[in-house]
Order: sequence, then C-alpha cells, then structure tokens
Amino acid sequence: MSTIEQQEPDETETETETETAVESPGDRRRREKADRAVEDEARRETEEAADEFDEAVDLKVFRYDPEVQGKEEPRFDDFTVPFHKGMTVLDALIYSRDHYDSSLTFRHSCRQAVCGSDALFINGRQRLACKTQIADLDGDTIRVEPLPHQEVVKDLVVDMEHFYEQMHAVEPYFDADELPDDEMEEQRQSRENREKIKMSTRCIWCGACMSSCNIAAGDNEYLGPAAINKAYRFAMDEREGENRKQERLRIVEQEHGVWRCQTQFSCTEVCPKDIPLTEHIQELKRESVKNNLKFW
Amino acid sequence: MYEHDVIVVGAGGAGLRAAIAAHEEGADVALVTKLHPVRSHTGAAEGGINAALRDGDDWELHAYDTMKGSDYLGDAPAIDVFAQDAPEEVVQLEHWGMPFSREDDGRASQRPFGGMSFPRTTYAGAETGHHLLHTMYEQVVKRGIEVYDEWYVTNLAVTDHDDPEDRECHGAVAYEIATGNVEGFRANDGVILATGGLGQAFDHTTNAVANTGDGCAMAYRAGVPLEDMEMIQFHPTTLPSTGVLISEGVRGEGGILYNDDEERFMFEYGYANNDGELASRDVVSRAELTEVNNGRGIEDEYVHLDMRHLGEERILDRLENILHLAEDFEGVDGLDEPMPVKPGQHYAMGGIECDENGHTCIDGLYAAGETACVSLHGANRLGGNALPELLVFGARAGRHAAGADMKDAEIATGPSAQSEPGDVEPPVEPGAVDAGSDDVAADGAAVEPDEVLEHTVRRERERVESLLEEDGINHAEVRSDVQETMTENVNVFREEDNLRQALRDIRRGRERYQDVAVADPSRTYNTDLIHTMETRNILDVAEAITLGALAREEFRGAHWRAEFQERRDEEWIKHTMLAWDGGTPNLYYKPVLLESQWKEYEPKERSY
Ligand SMILES: Cc1cc2nc3c(=O)[nH]c(=O)nc-3n(C[C@H](O)[C@H](O)[C@H](O)COP(=O)(O)OP(=O)(O)OC[C@H]3O[C@@H](n4cnc5c(N)ncnc54)[C@H](O)[C@@H]3O)c2cc1C
Ligand code: SF4
Ligand code: FES
Repeated sequence: MSTIEQQEPDETETETETETAVESPGDRRRREKADRAVEDEARRETEEAADEFDEAVDLKVFRYDPEVQGKEEPRFDDFTVPFHKGMTVLDALIYSRDHYDSSLTFRHSCRQAVCGSDALFINGRQRLACKTQIADLDGDTIRVEPLPHQEVVKDLVVDMEHFYEQMHAVEPYFDADELPDDEMEEQRQSRENREKIKMSTRCIWCGACMSSCNIAAGDNEYLGPAAINKAYRFAMDEREGENRKQERLRIVEQEHGVWRCQTQFSCTEVCPKDIPLTEHIQELKRESVKNNLKFW
Repeated sequence: MYEHDVIVVGAGGAGLRAAIAAHEEGADVALVTKLHPVRSHTGAAEGGINAALRDGDDWELHAYDTMKGSDYLGDAPAIDVFAQDAPEEVVQLEHWGMPFSREDDGRASQRPFGGMSFPRTTYAGAETGHHLLHTMYEQVVKRGIEVYDEWYVTNLAVTDHDDPEDRECHGAVAYEIATGNVEGFRANDGVILATGGLGQAFDHTTNAVANTGDGCAMAYRAGVPLEDMEMIQFHPTTLPSTGVLISEGVRGEGGILYNDDEERFMFEYGYANNDGELASRDVVSRAELTEVNNGRGIEDEYVHLDMRHLGEERILDRLENILHLAEDFEGVDGLDEPMPVKPGQHYAMGGIECDENGHTCIDGLYAAGETACVSLHGANRLGGNALPELLVFGARAGRHAAGADMKDAEIATGPSAQSEPGDVEPPVEPGAVDAGSDDVAADGAAVEPDEVLEHTVRRERERVESLLEEDGINHAEVRSDVQETMTENVNVFREEDNLRQALRDIRRGRERYQDVAVADPSRTYNTDLIHTMETRNILDVAEAITLGALAREEFRGAHWRAEFQERRDEEWIKHTMLAWDGGTPNLYYKPVLLESQWKEYEPKERSY
C-alpha cells in the first residue's frame, strides 16, 4: 500500500506539457478547462485573502488530485471561514467548498456521527469532522488531513477497501447454531448479555482506530481493532452458541490477529463511539488462552 | 456493461432487504449505491420499529392506528399487508442477530410511540436504525451479494413508448465515483429503486446530505407518477442549529415539552388534551410553532424538551444516544438541562407510485422504502412505521422482481388509473425549461434491451462530458436558493401566496440550472459533479411538493393550509398524482382505497 507523504510540499512544479499528437476534442476541452480552473483558483485565493471576517477560523486543508495539473503534488490550501458558535469542522469544510473551491473533496453524509464517512486527521488526531466542535480545538489554525496510513484517492478521501476487507475477514454476520422452532418466537438474550456486547455493536466503520494503530501501519495483514471488535461482538453474543464461538476464536487467534495487539490504546483513544477496543481485544486474548487450554 | 437479474439502486434498509429477498428467490442480485451500504441514512433512525408482537396486540389494531394516523389518505390494501407482515419481519431481524433492547424474560423490548394504541415499538437503545442497517448488511455479506458501492446512478434505461404503461425498464446507468466511468447495468428481471428520502429539498432537515430524492426524480422523468408529494412530515423535535433529530423515544419514555413561560403547553393550551406530548407529529409540530409565533418560544425560535425527571439510570439505559447528540451538536447536557427543539423536515410520505408488490406502472421498474409511495403513511406517518415499511415492502419488491409468484396487486398504478383531472394554476410554467433533455432516453420503442441501455449510457456520458467540459455557474447557489424557499414557504404552515412564491423561485432555479457546470475537471472522485446532478433532482422534487401543496385545498395530516382550516372528506379523500409527461407536469387525482380484502375503514376525526 503506498502512503502519500503528507508533508508541507514544495512549490508546485509546472510540468512541461506532455501533449500527444492525437489529443481528442474532449481531452482538449478538459485540459483547457483544467487550465481555467487553475487560473480561477489563483484569483479566488487573492479574493479570499482580501476577505475580512469579524471572527473567523483558518483551515489548512490537505489537497491532492492525481489527475489535475497543479494538484498532482500534495499541498495545503488555506481557507478562512466565518465562525459561529456550535460550528463543526465539517461545517467549515462545507463552507469552504461551497464558497471558495467546489473541487474540495471529502466524504460526509449524516452530519450526526452515525454514517462513519468523515473520519479525518484533524489537528494531528483521528476524529469525525461532523462531531468535532471548532470551539473545542486548540490553536488558531485547524489542520485537516486525510486519515494517515491509508492511500489517498483525492484531497481528504482515502481508499477504504483494505479496511472493508479486514472487516469482512472476520465473517461479520450472525450465525446462530440453532433458532427457535417456532418461526415467530424470538431468541432469548439476557439483559446482561446485551449489556456485554452493547458497546461493541456501536461501530460505524469509520476507520479511525485502524488509522491510529502503529501495528496496523506496520503489518498490512493485521486484522486491526475494528475487525477484532466485530469478532468480539459475535463471539460474546450468547445467542450464537458454543460451536460458532470456537470458530470465531480461531479466526482472531491467527498470526495476524489478537496477539499482534501491543495494548497501546491508541484505537480506544480515537474511537468516536467510545468503544473500549483494547479491552475487547484483551478479552479475546484471554478467551483464546482458555480455549486452547480446553483442547490441549 | 454489467449484467444481473435484479439491480437494486440504494443500499439502505429497503435496498438491503430487497436484495436479500431477491437472492433468496434464486436471482442474481446486485446492489448499486452512491454510498457504501453502512453509510446509508437508515443508520440514523433512532426510536424504533413497530410490529404487533405481544399478547393484547394484533395486526388489526396496528393497521387501524396506521390508517387513522394517515388521516385516511392511506390505501387499505397497503396498510393491511404492512401490519400483517411486520411481526414476521421484525422477528426475522431478531433471528439475524439484531441487538434489540431486552425485557427481563429475554425478549425484545417494546415501548409506546406517538399515535399507537399499544406499546408496539421494538427498539435497540436510541440507535435502532444503526443496528438494523448493520444487521442487514451483515446478511448481505453472508450471502455474498454483489455490492457496487460509491456508484452514483444517473438515469434509468427505459423505452420511450408514448404511454408510460407500455414502457419497459432494462437497467440503469451509473457513474463510478472513484474513476469517473459511466457504465450500464443491465437488469434481466427488474430494477428496484430504494434511494431513500428527499430532505435536502429543505434547508432545515433531519436527513443526510445524500438524501436528494434521486429515485423520485429519475422515476418521475421516466414516466412514473409521483404520489402525494405535498405530504412532508416535519418532526417536532430537532436540534435548532443542525436539524439533528431527538427521537420520539424521549417523549415515549415521558419527556415533556415546555414553552418559555415553563408551561406544559400541549395541555395548557389544549393542543392535545388526551395525548399531550405523544400526539401525532403534525399536531406537536404545529403546537410548537404556534407557541413560537405567539411569542412564547425561547429566543423566538424553539421550545424545550425536558427528560431530566426520567432519572439518569433510565436515560442511560434507553436514551443514551440522545445525551451524546445534545452534547455534541448543541452543547447541552440532557441530564442537567432541557434540550432546545424545533420542527424540521423529516420524512416524505409521498413518492414513486407503486403497488403493494413495489411495482410501478413501468414494466421491470420497482420502488421501495422512503422513495416509494405504496400509500402506507397517507398524510401523516406514525413514528416507528418507516423501518417496518422498509422490511415489508423491500422484501415484497425483491421477491416480485425476482419473479416469485405473487397475487395480483389490489392497488392500481399508472396514469390510466386516473380518476379526475387536477385543477391548479401555477404562477409560472412548471417542468423542464428545456423539455425533453433527460427523460426517457431510448430511440424508438421497439429496440432491443441492450440498445436501450447502450443508448442511455451514451446520453449519460454526453451529459457528464458537457458538465465537466463547459464553464458555467456553480450548482451550490441554485441548491441553497431552493432549500431556502422551501423552508420559508412550503413548511409546516402553508399559504397560497407563499406556495406561489416558492414555485417562482423554483422556476428561477431551473432557469439558472441551465447554466450550471462543474468547476472541478477531474475524473477522480468528483463530488462536485455528483452534487450538481443531485441538484437537478432536488429541483424536480421541490416543484412536485409545492404543486401538490398548492392544489390540495384542505387541511389534512401534515398538510396545513391557512385558507382551508378543515379536512374536506367529500372532495379530498384522493391521492394527488403528478406525471412528468415529457417535461410538462400533469396533475390528476386517484381515489384512496379505504377497503381491502380484509377490512373497510370509515373516516373518523383524528383527536389526540
Ligand atoms: C434522523 C432520522 C430518524 C428516524 N427514526 C426513525 C425511527 O425511529 N423509526 C422509523 O420507523 N423510521 C425512522 N426514520 C425514517 C427511516 O429511517 C427512513 O425512512 C428510512 O431509513 C429510509 O430508508 P431507505 O432504505 O428508504 O433509504 P436510505 O437508508 O436513505 O438509503 C438510501 C440509499 O440509496 C442510495 N442512493 C440514493 N440515491 C442514489 C443514486 N442516485 N444512486 C445510487 N444510490 C443512491 C444511498 O446511497 C443509500 O444507500 C428516521 C429518519 C431519520 C432521518
Ligand atoms: S471501532 Fe470505533 S474507531 Fe474503529 S471503525 Fe468502529 S467506530 Fe470507528
Ligand atoms: S457525516 Fe456521518 S459520521 Fe460524520
């Protein structure tokens, strides 16, 4: 997995035009449009600098687009956004996009911390942009970058494929040994058992934990905190039954599973849903030890 | 080109359920969705899911409450099927592992909800939708159903027969967001639209940014009528600054509404002497705004919702998520202070006209979930009825599209079900400014399915090219103007002059939209392009909502009109229908079905 260095980039070099003899009319129009976009942006930046707000926040946003001339080298753009109480980092990004540069690209949808699409690296920490109040951040400038250790697709958008693959690897679906005979009868689950798995079921697949984990950064095959937490969610659900639990433990016991975790707690610290990830990983370690004792 | 038996557009609750059902019938199914499935807005549902599961309750009571709640604008065949199928669907969710809140005996808990005569709302804390969405996505993973995520569907491949009822849908065209590829998806058996809500037509909404009414607009332009679009539900408890929803569960558990004088106004001003805070959503929304308009609102904007008296333990057990929402999005600690709330756009009761199997008047085209209107909710949806709707009608659409043998539908669809022509005089010409730009796309009616699809792909590629290549204005202004006029003029309280103003503003939006172009020329993850195409859809649904509201001269359910303060049953127990007709919206009415094969309903006054 290639990780783009997210450092303050040098002045953008202007590449020599690599014009091919057979440029289609569409390509030409797009190239012309790209040139215009660069000019427009330069103009906007000057206008922006002239804008004065009573109270404002300064955003420093990571930019990169492999396809557009002038943006294929990573860099940071500055946006000045009027501030009002209750404003989140997501609001500021939306404002910047709608008022300054409509090509600014980031994922978002629910605005209420449930869809998990806007996990970003904000002032050096993984957070959901929609859940981060600007007033709660220290410093005059807010630095917004894509999640570290993931491949950047464009601007703040990272490739989530690897994260999804790890989630899928733990067989993330309920699989009861047996169901009640009567189709209309619910399976019984005690309140205590629901309480036990409750926190683990809150994961919104945002990827913040994985991005904060040193082990995951060094070992591409490591299942990672979110996937292990998903395994915990099912292994601990009393409705699934003992057989399935054994299989689930076997999945997390593998070489790149729970034993890789070095209890650094970084995942637990950044999880926007306050899931005690490290604790869940530890508990699965204990279970798998017990499990092995039983068989050997 | 990709090819499957059934193509499901959208992977929220409705789409996932439809895909599972079609898969179980043996069809090769694919989900095509502009977000990854777990990002769908179903995940935001909080309060719960209704089904008659317990002794003392039965489907007939649930059906009766639903019909009464709908203010007699729901169709009995849809309501009865819904109430009958809901328990099985909810128990099935439980069998799929959904982590419901539990009673002492280990069964799923149920709680009271507005407009329900029995505590039949099953829930998982105050994050029911999150668990439902994830549980169903897990089942999709288990079955290995193919998912094309982050593919934006731009149009349907429908033949251009003159009469929409002769048209056929052969697939859909989608834009791969990561790469900019425009590709055809051929559906051998059917396309199911499950694209969710249209809240983005308004600027104060509980809906996600992705809820732009794409399915409604695409079906509409392909010739399927939109039904009862004026029926927009406003939720009485949304946070003033963001529109984030505070679940009805709070009132279900005993939360109380106060005005600025600390009066419990639902009782003290007589808005709902029987049910108080638990009256139906339209009643509570109007009560709050009346308080605000009469100078008893807090900061002239909102009222207070108080749950402190419920006690920390109960709040943490059942409403914990609400504490987080109030804290994160309003900076209020719900354990210590009351929460500020006001009404916000929440749900579209109307949508794509379809029958109880999800089928539209176009052969091979189905709809399910919030984008559809089987006519279950009529003029007012009861809280907790949308999630079971996704399951019941998602499953039926999936089975039917996969060819499972089902009885003929009782609900007739299509312009021929027309009963009487509508009569509305908009102040400006509604519809396409450049008519015919992107409705049905085929060249002649008798072509091969693949050609219909290829033709549509070509047209969509051209559309994308020109948006990317040309210069023009940014869509964002057009979008925010429409959202503002809708919130200003087509809100909880509606008056003729305002509705006319909204139509003028929308028309202006359409004219300006002709000049939009995408500033970002990139083929990689071009969200600017997606938002620009969505804005076109917002214009169409906003106009349909406003036209319907102007035409309906009565007060029914969520639809309040200043000039008409009564429900007028003799004239208005009928569905507002709007057909695109090549760019010229044609308004007509179709009768409401108050009778099904099981029951007959007699309109009664709604009192709470
Ligand atoms: C905050 C909130 C709380 C709610 N609480 C409750 C509750 O407690 N109980 C209840 O019964 N109901 C509740 N509702 C209503 C209910 O949640 C929704 O009506 C329901 O979830 C909608 O589901 P859906 O599957 O139709 O759409 P969604 O879940 O919105 O899914 C739409 C899908 O379509 C896709 N899509 C859209 N357009 C396109 C396109 N052009 N191309 C490709 N894909 C597309 C999206 O990616 C998404 O996957 C609530 C609603 C909100 C907003
Ligand atoms: S465990 Fe927490 S941080 Fe990790 S993906 Fe889930 S919600 Fe995000
Ligand atoms: S926008 Fe959905 S989690 Fe932030």
